Amino acid sequence: MLPQKTGALSPHLRRLEAEAIGIIRETAASFRNPVLLYSIGKDSSVVLHLAMKAFAPGRIPFPLLHIATGWDFRDMLEFRDRRAAEIGARLIVHTNPDGLARGINPLTHGSQVHMNVMGTEALKQALDAHGFDAALGGARRDEEKARAKERVFSHRAPGHVWEPRGQRPELWGLYNTRIAPGETMRVFPISNWTEFDVWDYIAAENIPVVPLYFAAERPIVRRGGALIMRDDERMPLEPGEQPEMMWVRFRTMGDWPLTGAHESRAQTLEEVLEELRRSRVSERHGRLIDNDQEASMERKKREGYF
Amino acid sequence: MDGAITSRGLLRVLTCGSVDDGKSTLIGRLLYDCQLIMEDTLAAIARDSRKHGTVGEEVDLALLVDGLEAERQQGITIDVAYRFFTTPRRSFIVADCPGHEQYTRNMATGASNSELAIILVDARKGLLTQTRRHSYICSLLGIRHVVLAVNKIDLVHFDQQVFDRIVGEYATFAAGLGFHSMVPIPTSGRFGDNVTQRSGNTPWYRGPTLLEHLEAVEVEEELTKIPFRFPVQWVNRPNQDFRGFSGTVASGAVALGESVVVAASGVTSHISRILGPDGDQERAVAGEAVTICLADEVDVARGDVLAPVSDRPAVADQFAAHLLWMDEEPMLPGRQYMMRIGNVWTTASVTAIKHRVDVSTLDQQSATRLALNEIGLCNLATAQRVAMDPYSQNRLTGAFILVDRFTNRTAGCGMINFPLRRATNVHHEHFLVDKAARAASLGQKPMLLWFTGLSGSGKSTVAKLVEQALHQAGRHTYSLDGDNLRHGLNRDLGFTDQDRVENIRRVGEVAKLMVDAGLIVLASFISPFRAERQMVREMLAEGEFVEIFVDTPIEVCMQRDVKGLYAKAKRGEIANFTGVTSPYQRPEAAELVLDGAGPPAEALAQQVLALVERRQAGG
Repeated sequence: MLPQKTGALSPHLRRLEAEAIGIIRETAASFRNPVLLYSIGKDSSVVLHLAMKAFAPGRIPFPLLHIATGWDFRDMLEFRDRRAAEIGARLIVHTNPDGLARGINPLTHGSQVHMNVMGTEALKQALDAHGFDAALGGARRDEEKARAKERVFSHRAPGHVWEPRGQRPELWGLYNTRIAPGETMRVFPISNWTEFDVWDYIAAENIPVVPLYFAAERPIVRRGGALIMRDDERMPLEPGEQPEMMWVRFRTMGDWPLTGAHESRAQTLEEVLEELRRSRVSERHGRLIDNDQEASMERKKREGYF
Repeated sequence: MDGAITSRGLLRVLTCGSVDDGKSTLIGRLLYDCQLIMEDTLAAIARDSRKHGTVGEEVDLALLVDGLEAERQQGITIDVAYRFFTTPRRSFIVADCPGHEQYTRNMATGASNSELAIILVDARKGLLTQTRRHSYICSLLGIRHVVLAVNKIDLVHFDQQVFDRIVGEYATFAAGLGFHSMVPIPTSGRFGDNVTQRSGNTPWYRGPTLLEHLEAVEVEEELTKIPFRFPVQWVNRPNQDFRGFSGTVASGAVALGESVVVAASGVTSHISRILGPDGDQERAVAGEAVTICLADEVDVARGDVLAPVSDRPAVADQFAAHLLWMDEEPMLPGRQYMMRIGNVWTTASVTAIKHRVDVSTLDQQSATRLALNEIGLCNLATAQRVAMDPYSQNRLTGAFILVDRFTNRTAGCGMINFPLRRATNVHHEHFLVDKAARAASLGQKPMLLWFTGLSGSGKSTVAKLVEQALHQAGRHTYSLDGDNLRHGLNRDLGFTDQDRVENIRRVGEVAKLMVDAGLIVLASFISPFRAERQMVREMLAEGEFVEIFVDTPIEVCMQRDVKGLYAKAKRGEIANFTGVTSPYQRPEAAELVLDGAGPPAEALAQQVLALVERRQAGG
């Protein structure tokens, strides 16, 4: 069931909501076997909420897919299972078995290898195994420069390859959804939303999100300028390192060793919105994986990263 | 962001100009001066400026908006990028569009989704071909508000005369483009003059800054005031008790109890329920994504359009439209494309190019094809009748895209001018004696044996032997041959790509009539393009078209050279000769492939006869 609304939407959010619902319906109508990529973060929580609205009073006519890397925050996994049960959605969880067997992890292999094997490769495996021909995701154009040029319906050649020069022009919302066998589409219904729009909408619609987005006292280790929450014992402490309890929150969700927290006392949605209004650093600042190399996002997208 | 802050709503802005006009810098300046650049982003840009930047030790603001690696290295924007920003007075989506000449298509994409265009002119260079081109495209795609940013004004010493001269020239040029407002502003993206702050360097300029104008301009869309149009996107039927039609209201408004008509079928009903994102509502207006229930059990599917009974869209299968071509492969009249209009996919082809528009001079020229980035006024025909409005009256129900049937690339976009009357008045005649009756009286299954292959491959030789044998066996046959038809029906056609397409279209239509008459038709045509062979296949009923590929290597054909044509082609005496100066696209799924270099023609004919007899026997 949809949560009870807490506020009226601004005309701006209404317009974004209608656009996203239209895109989600278009995906269901145009593809044989679509899937919703559910990363448990705030953006995919919004997409999930919009999908419920798009097909009400019916149910969402496609399953949810979560790529679990083995390093997700425990809070995220609990939240995921609770939400899927509440909604009554079909949830598929996939972890790359080869990566698991080889013991790939972010601590010894580094963020690049880990994300490539446990994230990108795992996603491709799952899409292929289930024969999904369209995958809905929560990426937004304001996140990063390479995203700013992404299409709403983003065509992938066989092997899930993204070719920035081969993308189709999108006019008037007349999306070209035609694909040949072996090709797939990635679909981004909230392309035109900003981080602020997402939080504004979450607040107005009372959408449940992972508690990690709100400030609490958490065990924090300082590593390379980032505040890392030690979510379990797998991360060895360096000599002299001692987790300290700090008031922090997270701006993005990801694997816990790769996701930096920031000091915050914002415990409610209103306080989070207020913090964002004052913020002078961008959203992806806390993501350790994006700073690997210049233009790293574009490279990852070409390889099939969502 | 409370309601009052965004009371002016969202403004969708397109920027366009030539390479080096400084578009990216101007947008970067706008974001920077609105203090919308985050500290870590700015630090990254400062680092990149030393590596890629073009302004020495300064922070290169263009790097804020240029995205992809390759274009960064080339120093040009090659695609459409979308930027979002909000000031205390308004929210904006800025489509950053390329200035490079061959990327007209990206500009059209940005324009289709925008309400206002900022057209940049380098103050040192004045109006360029691209300035005219981009202005025309904006006009064609229905943009009615324009800002003329005379940029790099610092490099002409803030000279009013330069500004006035450029503005005067532009006003003359743009007079016929139908803009409702055109506001010229002298700017410097690099130094920020008149971007967000009034400049002390241009005391002679008394108009608004760029930002002031963007925040204030009224572009209030009239979408809610024109007739109701609702293209059905998805039929929502979760159980026996609920049947709703989901979609986004394209224009106008509708309320509970009002009568509507399904445009194509003419069936009427009235609205019994409207479900919005938050449940039941009494009205639905343009832009809202809703689910509509009708009082009666009427036949409605994805692609249908609901409209007021008293104000219906045209329903036609022929219409005139401006077509902007976006594909490397040129548009050829007669060739079939997939067309999307509203939520309908159908096949369409251009039946005539009335004229091509020279986008620099706006002159009308005659044309036989449209190449990449060319615009023409064309007549089109679709396989099924579809609902439509003129683009000038409705930007959503008057627009369509064409998609290449083999590559699935978006090949063109179109703006409908008007439906063609003759389409609505010409109906197919139905006769009492039909194809089945004629075939039964002849005692055979009619079919079309389509022989394709290079000149000299042996198509006609095999076809003659096949026809002879069929005739002796008592079958009723007819042969269509390329050379013979070109002396009569097709004598007005040459050998250019577009004439080859028309040649095959006519042959296909003639063959279809003969199959309809009950005959076994043998057609021998080089028919080099996959698209046209597919077109003929689709003119006939399932199973009637039999594609026979006479696969003979070009070396063998050249060696045979029965008509001496290859020798002439190699001497350059014949233009557009298939296999020499014009391509042959091999069939990918022919019913039969004959090895034209190996067995004698009699053996090949036996293979064809065996296939025909199997088909006649029902196999």
